[in-house]
Amino acid sequence: MTHDITLTVNGTEHELSVEPRTLLIHALRDEMGYTGPNVGCESSMCGACTVHLDGDAVKSCTLLAVQVDGAEVTTVEGLADDGEFHPIQQGFQEEHGLQCGYCTPGMMMTSLQLLEENPDPSEAEIREALEGNLCRCTGYQNIVRAVENAAETMRSQKQELAADGGGD
Amino acid sequence: MSSETEKPDAKYRHDEDGGPDPEAHHGHGRGGMGQEVKRKEDRRFITGRGNYVDDIKKDGMLHCHVVRSPHAHAYVKSINKERALNVDGVVAVLTAEDLAEYDLATMPTLMDDTQDVLVQDKVKFQSQEVAAVIATDRYIAKDGADKVEVKYETLDAVVDARKALEPDAPLVRDDIEDNDSNHIFTWETGDKEATEKAFEDADVTVEQDMYYQRIHPAPIETCGCVADWDTANEKMTVHLTSQAPHAHRTLFSMVSGIPEHKVRIVSPDVGGGFGNKVPIYPGYVIAAAASYVIGQPVKWVEERSENIQTTHFARDYEMTGRVAATKDGIIQGIDVDVLADHGAYNAAAQPSKFPAGFFKIFTGSYDVPAAYCKLDAAYTNTAPGGIAYRCSFRVTEAVYLIERMVKVLSQELDMDPAEIRRKNFIPKEAFPYESATGWTYDSGDYERALDKALDAVDYDGLREEQQRRLDADDDKLLGIGFSTFTEIVGAGPGKQCDIAGVEMFDSAEIRVHPTGNATVRIGVQTQGQGHETTFAQIVAEELGLDVEDITVEHGDTDTDPYGLGTYASRSTPVGGAATAVAARKVREKAKSIAANELEVAEEDIVWDRSSGAFQVKGAPDRGVTMKEVAFASYTNSPANEEPGLEAVDYYDPPNMTFPFGAYVCVVEVDRETGEVDIRKFYALDDCGNRINPMVIEGQVHGGLAQGIATAMLEEVTFDDNGNVTAGDFMNYLLPTAMEIPHMDTDYTVTPSPHHPIGAKGVGESPTVGSPPAIVNAVVDAMAHAGVRHIDMPMTPDRVWSVLNEAGLTLDPAERFEFDAGETPADD
Repeated sequence: MTHDITLTVNGTEHELSVEPRTLLIHALRDEMGYTGPNVGCESSMCGACTVHLDGDAVKSCTLLAVQVDGAEVTTVEGLADDGEFHPIQQGFQEEHGLQCGYCTPGMMMTSLQLLEENPDPSEAEIREALEGNLCRCTGYQNIVRAVENAAETMRSQKQELAADGGGD
Repeated sequence: MSSETEKPDAKYRHDEDGGPDPEAHHGHGRGGMGQEVKRKEDRRFITGRGNYVDDIKKDGMLHCHVVRSPHAHAYVKSINKERALNVDGVVAVLTAEDLAEYDLATMPTLMDDTQDVLVQDKVKFQSQEVAAVIATDRYIAKDGADKVEVKYETLDAVVDARKALEPDAPLVRDDIEDNDSNHIFTWETGDKEATEKAFEDADVTVEQDMYYQRIHPAPIETCGCVADWDTANEKMTVHLTSQAPHAHRTLFSMVSGIPEHKVRIVSPDVGGGFGNKVPIYPGYVIAAAASYVIGQPVKWVEERSENIQTTHFARDYEMTGRVAATKDGIIQGIDVDVLADHGAYNAAAQPSKFPAGFFKIFTGSYDVPAAYCKLDAAYTNTAPGGIAYRCSFRVTEAVYLIERMVKVLSQELDMDPAEIRRKNFIPKEAFPYESATGWTYDSGDYERALDKALDAVDYDGLREEQQRRLDADDDKLLGIGFSTFTEIVGAGPGKQCDIAGVEMFDSAEIRVHPTGNATVRIGVQTQGQGHETTFAQIVAEELGLDVEDITVEHGDTDTDPYGLGTYASRSTPVGGAATAVAARKVREKAKSIAANELEVAEEDIVWDRSSGAFQVKGAPDRGVTMKEVAFASYTNSPANEEPGLEAVDYYDPPNMTFPFGAYVCVVEVDRETGEVDIRKFYALDDCGNRINPMVIEGQVHGGLAQGIATAMLEEVTFDDNGNVTAGDFMNYLLPTAMEIPHMDTDYTVTPSPHHPIGAKGVGESPTVGSPPAIVNAVVDAMAHAGVRHIDMPMTPDRVWSVLNEAGLTLDPAERFEFDAGETPADD
């Protein structure tokens, strides 16, 4: 028995037919071809599957696809804007915040939510925000730097935008 | 370098102008040696465009799920497939009987043992592979697996190596002919008599038992594959989480009987390996066999619990160390006993002549005149493994042993632990140094590294603070721990080192295209260490090309030159050497073409590294760039040269490389809770010439995090029935960003004299070096109360127990002032 659902992923609407038990991560990866988010565990610990659901960072291995019918999902594939890297992506490359790259999509999506809520986080705040995302390669230090780097870029972009817009 | 280690092509091994000087080439603009080039790999990973095994989708692809044993030790009485086969979408259920038809029910291990692919008769560890369900999707495969009915007759299990060697222990391996015990082998190294003599003559001897616990590399991507038997071309293609694709192809071919040119192993992007992805696992064989039988592609991707419970673990060495010394702290001899738990099969992934890996490096950074070790290995009802998780073939255990023993000796003699190291260091003039167990260390300057470390952490200040806190009866104890270790990486010389008979060389093939860019193919296989960037840097340096103009490929056995893969930090020592040598062969030919272009004799041509051009001697304005030479090699090749510009090198290293480090860990131990807070971790690594400092720093951070995890959090545990009690991320504790402290990295440069670019391996140094520094620091915090040792992982309850036994815990009555006459109100 399958259910017809609609999901908007990175701005593209997808209509698909899924079993009720299909996890969101598998719907994204196997049904729709968004293989950026990854699976690293089966106990909701690692965060490699993190995507944004209506603007919130969620672990997509812990949601059913039918549960989020009608939702807007953003995956790592939706981060770059018209080929231009998001400051988070730039930050990770600039500060060597990734090695094997497997945790990176989830790590960046969690970081993005942090910076949307807290544009100027302290090191402690960054580490705490990322505690739901496991990384085996980096020892986290350069990820912290990457988020700081991105925060700075995003703040200055915002300032520029404000200046361009005549201070609105 | 001595003459007998020179190879026939030695002219390429050393640069004619003395080798690259990383400092001198900073900022020459091409991204050569020593520069912090941003990684080429990142672009696809930060956009979600990496290609890992589970991203692969093929037409008609089926999914495999393995039925696993709930018991650690049990006879399989019967397997009923019927209910599973009735599940809609289940295509096949495979058991050992089915695999036996193709001689695939068992497979050989790298250590001359035989391992069940699917259990034929008796389960030997919990979660072992019993049957496999092939279905149209991963959900249905699991449904089918739930419906396979297996009847077991359970047996007593043994999960403790010591108990396994008791006479009445359950016999793990009754499948081995005439086997009547769980003892696998005894291995010895060193000079027993000389060591005994050293102990007889010693002023002081110390002895310490320590257990290096079983841990698991747990890469975030688990193991998996997509096997695809092409019936038309009779070719098997397997996309595989592989650190050693060529070796895997050879083994696949040997086991399956499919000739090697009809087997293609592709290691795509790998989500971390850490030694976990060196062995061949039953899941790969099952998927390949299923694809062969069914004629459709079959994907197998294991879950996290399967990864931790059944793929190769690391460590599990019970060690007793003894040190003999003079009263001044000069070490005279070391004697070691080890009991190694190898699990149910001896399947350790290491060179065939080294059953205990390179453990014989246990004399460490010290000039030890006499050393001896006896090691016994045992079977238990646990998953196989031993060699993994940045161990460099048991160097983790060796370094832990010696660095702990030096601390124990320093306490016995009441001597400063930094000072006792300095007294025993192999002096820099003594290199190449032959150790008592037979390694020839290539180079080192240990004292300079230690001095730099002591300065950096303000050692004297720390000791003062430690005393101040003791005097003030502070709630937190300060501890300072050292590890001044020597690694051994880059296996290795073909005469000593082989994997299943294949000598442990590695390779590179460089092809320069007409328009002056290049494709480089290497026999090693990155799992995140940045080879696509750093190997391009080596070529950029040697050929004067821009790093952006060089593409590095790896992992495809159809196209890349044969190599032994990436583990034990061997990529730079062996593959990096091959890359530099191949580039020098290209440059040699390029020189001849340049002479033709410039119409002068070849002897009149010089290579100008800074401009990346060949020049006429004495006339630097007359020259041709490498790009121009590349074009000429296709368009105007000289009569004495073949057209084109490319070269291959298979590099058989003359020796291992011996990087070293000086690590200092500063901890605060909470006397109330037993919690250990790492206040500072300083890591100085010397891996010779540094190709990309940014990448090295990232390797060190990650490696330290794993060392910290080892010391503080991680352990695979079992109950007496052999149930895995820490077998997924709920209870096998990987550290998060909250548990890993800020780390300070530093370096000195002591090049490897035998390596073409003076570079040593480094990837595993931090995990090898850091655990003893952390344990030494925690012990140091409690040393004044006579504490000598504490086993890892040093969880708060464990540390609190040691504090309590030593009388160091806080008395609650002193901390909280109760008024005895008053009781809390009952409301």
